[in-house]
Amino acid sequence: MTRLLKSREALLVGVIVALLALIASRFPAFIQPGNLVDVLTDTSPLIILALGQAVVILTRCIDLSVASNLALTGMVCAMLNVAFPGLPIPVILVVALALGAVLGAFNGILVWKLSIPPIVVTLGTLTIYRGIIFVISDGQWVNAHEMSAAFTGFPRTDILGLPVLAWIAILTTVALLVMVARTPLGRAFYAVGGNPNAAVYTGLNVGRTQFWAFVLSGTLSGLCGYLWVARYSVAYVDIARGFELEVVAACVIGGIAIAGGAGTIMGAVLGALFLGIIKNALPVVGISPFWQLAISGAAIVIAVAFNARAGRRQGRIILKRAEQEAQA
Amino acid sequence: MSITRRIFGGTALAAMMLAGGAAHADDPVRIALVVKALGIGFFEAANDGAMEAAEELGNVEIIYTGPTSTTAEGQIEVINSLIAQGVDAIAVSANDPDALVPVLERAMQRGIAVISFDSGVAEAGRMLHLAPSSDALIGRTIIQLAADHLPDGGQVALLSATATSTNQNTWIAEMNAVMGDYPGIEVVATVYGDDLADRSYREAVGLMQTYPDLDAIIAPTSVGIVAAAQAVVDQDMVGQVNVTGLGLPSEMAGAIESGASQSFAIWNPIDLGYAATMLAYELSANGAEAAPGAVIPMGRMGELELDDSTTGAMALPFTYDASNIEQFREIF
Repeated sequence: MTRLLKSREALLVGVIVALLALIASRFPAFIQPGNLVDVLTDTSPLIILALGQAVVILTRCIDLSVASNLALTGMVCAMLNVAFPGLPIPVILVVALALGAVLGAFNGILVWKLSIPPIVVTLGTLTIYRGIIFVISDGQWVNAHEMSAAFTGFPRTDILGLPVLAWIAILTTVALLVMVARTPLGRAFYAVGGNPNAAVYTGLNVGRTQFWAFVLSGTLSGLCGYLWVARYSVAYVDIARGFELEVVAACVIGGIAIAGGAGTIMGAVLGALFLGIIKNALPVVGISPFWQLAISGAAIVIAVAFNARAGRRQGRIILKRAEQEAQA
Repeated sequence: MSITRRIFGGTALAAMMLAGGAAHADDPVRIALVVKALGIGFFEAANDGAMEAAEELGNVEIIYTGPTSTTAEGQIEVINSLIAQGVDAIAVSANDPDALVPVLERAMQRGIAVISFDSGVAEAGRMLHLAPSSDALIGRTIIQLAADHLPDGGQVALLSATATSTNQNTWIAEMNAVMGDYPGIEVVATVYGDDLADRSYREAVGLMQTYPDLDAIIAPTSVGIVAAAQAVVDQDMVGQVNVTGLGLPSEMAGAIESGASQSFAIWNPIDLGYAATMLAYELSANGAEAAPGAVIPMGRMGELELDDSTTGAMALPFTYDASNIEQFREIF
């Protein structure tokens, strides 16, 4: 199993390298370091959200409210900035993280305490959070000239050649890698998703573990909310609409099993990078926008086919053994 | 708000039943403004104009409604509920020219006056279409805006909404039709940002990378023009690439300030909502006929002259730049 997952990541790295080579053959400037930094920066929100989503999917849940959470937190941050232009950025960041966590915890509580299927809970909150944005903003946009320079400048600030936005994605990845591999909660995510019954017998609280997965996903969505609004310097009801599907797609392409319990953090990051590269390359290589949808879709189907084949092979081996034993 | 409206609608219906339809003369003319989606600044401003017209006319109630996302399915649901409420007129800005035709035909069969404004419905589905400006004039305006700042010619690219947007495609076609008048200017590409900030931003960055000598990006969509201006600022291309097209003054004020955009144009959405309401009133309450060649008054906006496809143009688009942005950014 481990070998298989390792090969999934190796495969993804191979695909990404091949993809970059293909793009470079049509548009050499794409693989210049400066442009690759731009691509990484542009993909950072997707990476951060995919990390949170990966953890949620590991626990056999799904969080469809991430994009709405992002948009709501982003709108709140933007409105705070308009109301109090002097508010320091660290305060805004804390507000974004805290509000995101609260919105995630709301999903988590419903899943944990009321045992509502996660897809239903987050489908509901997806609409609720979008609705709240409309209510608090009254449908108005928050525009670039209303935001303070510090507010929009933060994700763009260069540190050691990389913008802060990219650094946040890298730091989040490292933090998640350590957490999932080295902390009891991190291991619990796998245990709960892999076999909930066995997890109960080992003394894990399945619902609480799922709750923390939702809180984590919500917190990261909240963080992205501020970063997104600052990066595009505009906040309105519709920002990032439909982005949740891209996030789930990144996880699936990265080999996170939708049935939970299998997949790695690196896989999710690579899945996000794969989609990010496609999104950034298609405009410059001059391919019709419709192909972008088709290519992303094809990648998802192929990834799921891989997952399904892996699962089926296991089943066949067991059956063959049983067959052989019966014959013997 | 919609709950209030529903209760109000219910009460009005009950009152009508009680009165046995005797009080028709005192019933307000109920005109529904169905927009592409709620929460879009442009349509909020159109609603202000509709309110102004309602006040001027007196006995008119405006129902401002629309789906929460820009889908034809959402508009069909909204229109179905308006038919059930028995409104007198519907003015719609369509998300799809053909998908709305059956439901609007049903509305007209029930005696509801139907007009489309801003983004049109196919002829079978409305009595008349109020274009904010004529498509030909907009097509010329957007290329003229770019040409104004390119006396020696240069390369321009188009950043549109979705590849299937009715109005963007018409304007681009009209623009291409007059390109012969601008010999030095070359349109190098047309890309689609799907009216999403992130995708439009990415497409704008892609344009600047693919065409290093690009002089202007024309975005005939309010989301695209803002995203393109931000991309130009982030890529340090202010002064080299001029972003222009159609946008709202309140949303473009930052881009004018930063110099990413020299000028842009838009008709006045307040006037558009006002004119749509006036026309809907004329058709539903004053017995005006929407036939080819007809001339229908629309209050302070003058008269609308209908062509063979019962379409009329309201006015010329208006150009905004550093000289007047301060005045208009507060309005819409």
